[in-house]
Amino acid sequence: MNYFAILLAALALLLGSTTAQARTDASLYQELGAKQGISDLMAVFVLEIAQDERVIHHFDNVDIDRFHRMLSQHLCELTGGPCEYTGADMVEVHTGMAITRAEFNAIVEDLITAMEKEGIAVSTQNRLLAILAEFHGEIVGQ
Amino acid sequence: MIKLYSNFLVSGVLASTILLCPIAYADNGKLLGTGAVTSIEGAGGGGIVPWATTASYAEKGEWGFTVNGNFADVDDFQLGVQSLNATYGNRIEVSYAQQRLGLNTIGGDLKQEIYGLKVRVAGDVIYGDLPQLSVGVQHKRNTTFALPEAVGATDDTGTDVYVSAAKAWLAGPFARTWVANLTLRATKANQLGLLGFGGDKNDDYEAMAEASLGMFINRHWLVGAEYRQKPDNLGFAQEYDWRDVFVGWFPNKSVAVVVAYVDLKSIAGLPDQSGAYASVQISF
Repeated sequence: MNYFAILLAALALLLGSTTAQARTDASLYQELGAKQGISDLMAVFVLEIAQDERVIHHFDNVDIDRFHRMLSQHLCELTGGPCEYTGADMVEVHTGMAITRAEFNAIVEDLITAMEKEGIAVSTQNRLLAILAEFHGEIVGQ
Repeated sequence: MIKLYSNFLVSGVLASTILLCPIAYADNGKLLGTGAVTSIEGAGGGGIVPWATTASYAEKGEWGFTVNGNFADVDDFQLGVQSLNATYGNRIEVSYAQQRLGLNTIGGDLKQEIYGLKVRVAGDVIYGDLPQLSVGVQHKRNTTFALPEAVGATDDTGTDVYVSAAKAWLAGPFARTWVANLTLRATKANQLGLLGFGGDKNDDYEAMAEASLGMFINRHWLVGAEYRQKPDNLGFAQEYDWRDVFVGWFPNKSVAVVVAYVDLKSIAGLPDQSGAYASVQISF
């Protein structure tokens, strides 16, 4: 029973700590290599998407340069960098696209591949993914 | 015994074949690791605990299948499990498992079949605030009942009903991805059901808690621990809770491998049953 109590205690600790983990501070922006690092990462990410037949049909009429610029700006802001995202909100951007759960996950996999290629640490990857996962509800099924 | 080993070997060979094969067999839409592994009762989950996650990588509108082998070797017993699992749409999971417990010291073996059904009713293990919530049943049928009957078991069939909640934290402590699962099970099963259902000491359903906690070191390696409360229905020997610590490896969406150290305490009066556990899961 002791062991079970330890498991439950660990679980409680985990639940408590996630609220603290959810905060964004500029350290994530720095870990990603600031503006240049984020821009480079997003360039690799866009290339990954371009090669991903599961999702590429959603980007048929997309201005790739603008997409890259907006992505970088948005990530800069989300990770605590000195940027202001000037694009539309995620619901507006994805309305009418009918993004499926599988397609959302495919994009996540493309981002993970891009982060691996850029040599970003697992801890940094996880902190970024945790922030972006919050948009799942705003992006899927719109 | 040889049959068990050879079955496990076949799983292993099949797994390594797929590992070495560049073709993606499981190009389904869930993220790596979120199909979890296959528990000893055939349900998707950890090693000894069924989880709220559905097996395989099938997302909405997709079918997924897994073939699994589990093997545990403790001091006086050896447990071998083979199971099949079909999942549709990250929603419904149907499973079939055959269990065989070799009684090395006592002699002979105990066998049963388990038919499982699990339905995700709410939430998602990764996305949103709600944990993933599932309900499940496991209908178990003994194929050997002489020994269970002799030690006081009431029935040779039984049905477990459970509810599970699973939640992952993408950036939990140490900025690692953590996953936790809590399962509550109503059961009359003695030693999973291998020693029958109900008994001279207690013949009623009881609620048992089961928990798993794991941390992904990176995308491919998961370490964790599990605990499973068990009923104590038979007068001839006390039944104890089970626990394990495990390492899971998810090289890709086709294969998952688990090795663990299990501590099963005393089984059928034979003390200190601890040892090694391994499982291989192949997903399609």
